[in-house]
Amino acid sequence: MQVTRDFSHYVKDLGAGLKHIDLAVEGVSCAGCMAKIERGLSALPDVTLARVNLTDRRVALEWKQGTLDPAKFIDRLAELGYKAYPFEKASAETTEAEESRFLLRCLGVAAFATMNVMMLSVPVWSGNVSDMLPEQRDFFHWLSAVIALPAVAYAGQPFFRSAWRALKTGNVNMDVPICIGVILALGMSIVETFHHAEHAYFDAAIMLLTFLLVGRYLDQNMRRRTRAVAGNLAALKAETATKFVGPDEISEVPVAAVRAGDLVLLRPGERCAVDGVVIEGRSEIDQSLITGETLYVPAEQGTAVYAGSLNISGTLRVRVSAAAEGTLLAEITRLLDNALQARSRYMRLADRASRLYAPVVHATAALTVLGWVLAGAGWHDAIVTGIAVLIITCPCALGLAIPTVQTVASGAMFKSGVLLNAGDAIERLAEADHVIFDKTGTLTLPELEVVNAADIPADVFALAGQLALSSHHPVAAAVAQAAQARSPLMGATEEPGQGVRAVVDGVEIRLGRPAFCGAEALVAQNGNVDPEASVVAFRRGTETFLFSVRQGLRPDADKIIAGLQRRGIKVEILSGDREAAVAAAAKALGIGEWRAGVTPADKIARIEQLKRSGVKVMMVGDGMNDAPALAAAHVSMSPISAAHLSQATADLVFLGRPLAPVLAAIDYARKALHLMRQNLWLAVGYNVLAVPLAISGVVTPLIAAAAMSGSSILVMLNALRARKVAGEATSWKS
Amino acid sequence: MEVMIILVPLALALGLAGLVGFLWSLKSGQYEDLEGAAWRAIADDDEPVAPVQPEAAPSRP
Repeated sequence: MQVTRDFSHYVKDLGAGLKHIDLAVEGVSCAGCMAKIERGLSALPDVTLARVNLTDRRVALEWKQGTLDPAKFIDRLAELGYKAYPFEKASAETTEAEESRFLLRCLGVAAFATMNVMMLSVPVWSGNVSDMLPEQRDFFHWLSAVIALPAVAYAGQPFFRSAWRALKTGNVNMDVPICIGVILALGMSIVETFHHAEHAYFDAAIMLLTFLLVGRYLDQNMRRRTRAVAGNLAALKAETATKFVGPDEISEVPVAAVRAGDLVLLRPGERCAVDGVVIEGRSEIDQSLITGETLYVPAEQGTAVYAGSLNISGTLRVRVSAAAEGTLLAEITRLLDNALQARSRYMRLADRASRLYAPVVHATAALTVLGWVLAGAGWHDAIVTGIAVLIITCPCALGLAIPTVQTVASGAMFKSGVLLNAGDAIERLAEADHVIFDKTGTLTLPELEVVNAADIPADVFALAGQLALSSHHPVAAAVAQAAQARSPLMGATEEPGQGVRAVVDGVEIRLGRPAFCGAEALVAQNGNVDPEASVVAFRRGTETFLFSVRQGLRPDADKIIAGLQRRGIKVEILSGDREAAVAAAAKALGIGEWRAGVTPADKIARIEQLKRSGVKVMMVGDGMNDAPALAAAHVSMSPISAAHLSQATADLVFLGRPLAPVLAAIDYARKALHLMRQNLWLAVGYNVLAVPLAISGVVTPLIAAAAMSGSSILVMLNALRARKVAGEATSWKS
Repeated sequence: MEVMIILVPLALALGLAGLVGFLWSLKSGQYEDLEGAAWRAIADDDEPVAPVQPEAAPSRP
């Protein structure tokens, strides 16, 4: 059978005979790689553009339409030593990039206007104490107005839109007081300028917007960056399927190009990327990613297979069915919909603060006006003072207090291997006091490993590893991996469903089922001590050995669980796996509370029960059966190896083999929440100092400008502390 | 104070030129890859980066 790779799904037609493809590249880290890749690819004939994006770890390629096959680029990159995968931008990422560019444009306009208005304001401020003709002052004020008004109209859009959206639904968010403050300040300044007054606040209004846009842009940029990395990882997971394009011809195509009714081939050791029904072949499949059950399930004609199942021993032909036709999948989808609906609308800290803040500030301003009028001042002076109160309390520091901490904290989490899916995840994560782990794929590693490697002589192990290279069976692959075997044995033959054999130096060696190697006696003698392990036997001449292969616990799982418990967080296991397997894992990790054989509905029920008793539950899981529970929990996390559905549902995603990111994320989140609160108090403290000045009517534009930038810088500096947490800082890269 | 008639428009024009420059750089995608741009500035550009013949392709470790 001829296998071809078909990347046409990813190729974009640019017109004028040019084609474009984006590739995600693994291992690009420095300027050297960048130059090497760009030169190497540009050297291919007909390539018109090869440009590496070092931030996103991607290559953009353009070439003249014709003979060049995109697969050639991937081969060329492989020659250069880089693994590359075709890549399709998720629509969420495109909108986010668009949004980020818009914010930067707003920031540019606002910063330009601020600089020029300040240039005009400084002479006015100093002129008011020295000598400046009133006509000159008016001229400068009008000039400021001409710059500030269009700039605010353009750069204020993100705030105006968001405030309008909130008001339309009858809510108040932080942007409402910002907009009221800015609009009133500008309006009053125009009226004052018209009346040749001494003070105008164009500078304060535009500076406020500039500072706030800095916070917005930083926040947005960090989210865009994590999304780019998550997008790359999705591409690296290589979601491809082997599709029959003719009766005997197969082609490797991206999953997006597979339609219901297509036939796909599932070879041993491959993970199924689609849902479907087996129409030919006989094998065992590992459905642990779907159900959490680690025992293999036999598959034959008529068996339903789901995306994420791993094919173990035989080759299967699968007819792709439309999504969610199967009972299990339909059930999970239904539970997930319910859980997502029921997910309590969490009120973000910033919104809670502004809900308190807006009425207080607006009431203070109104009282100031009334107070001055009662004290005998004219209406004009009273209103000017009232607006000065609004300007000086305008939540510059308040608007920066939370986004800056969030940006710094998510950057720190990113470094320790945690990606944020949801904007408010940090706040919810900081409140979690009960962590529920799924076992399979979360506490354990998704790959298999040999657990009794120490009991086997090194030369036997090495030989078995070499022999194992000739088999596609995942258990054999684990043996080969553990033995670090590189060169396969010549003349090795595989007996499907049994094992592999070869002859070395006149001695026959076999690797496979105990019966295939004549090792039943050894199995009986050892008993099956480890209920979770698969046993594979090896025979050399007359000697027999047993390899015990299983999903091992994550290397640092026990330390991390202990760390969680030390922080006063309760830990619990809810798994769909068998009781014996779950009990063993719970015992090894020192977890007292565990439940085995739990269905997705049971998981939700348990979370609801905990929620009712006031506990904030964090769910960590990877399987498709965990997805509803991930949605139901207060906050949720998935490893990057998780099923698509779970990863999309989880608030956070962690990378790598160790479990350390879970603990690091909680530490960073707690520190961040602490700093957010601290920043809010700093902003309040600033207001307590500044508001009496404003009420007494002595606030000049100079004081407003100084107070505003001073408090903003203080809050930003405080936010930088979110980068570090005390205690264990472990890397996820191992 | 007649000097203001020249200086003020001049200052504004300079600022505006800066803004136009910034918007142009944004539009031409210069903020898409800040990390890469930092390295490109110090990369050697004595060899052509544009299409070259396969046999002339420089191979560097």
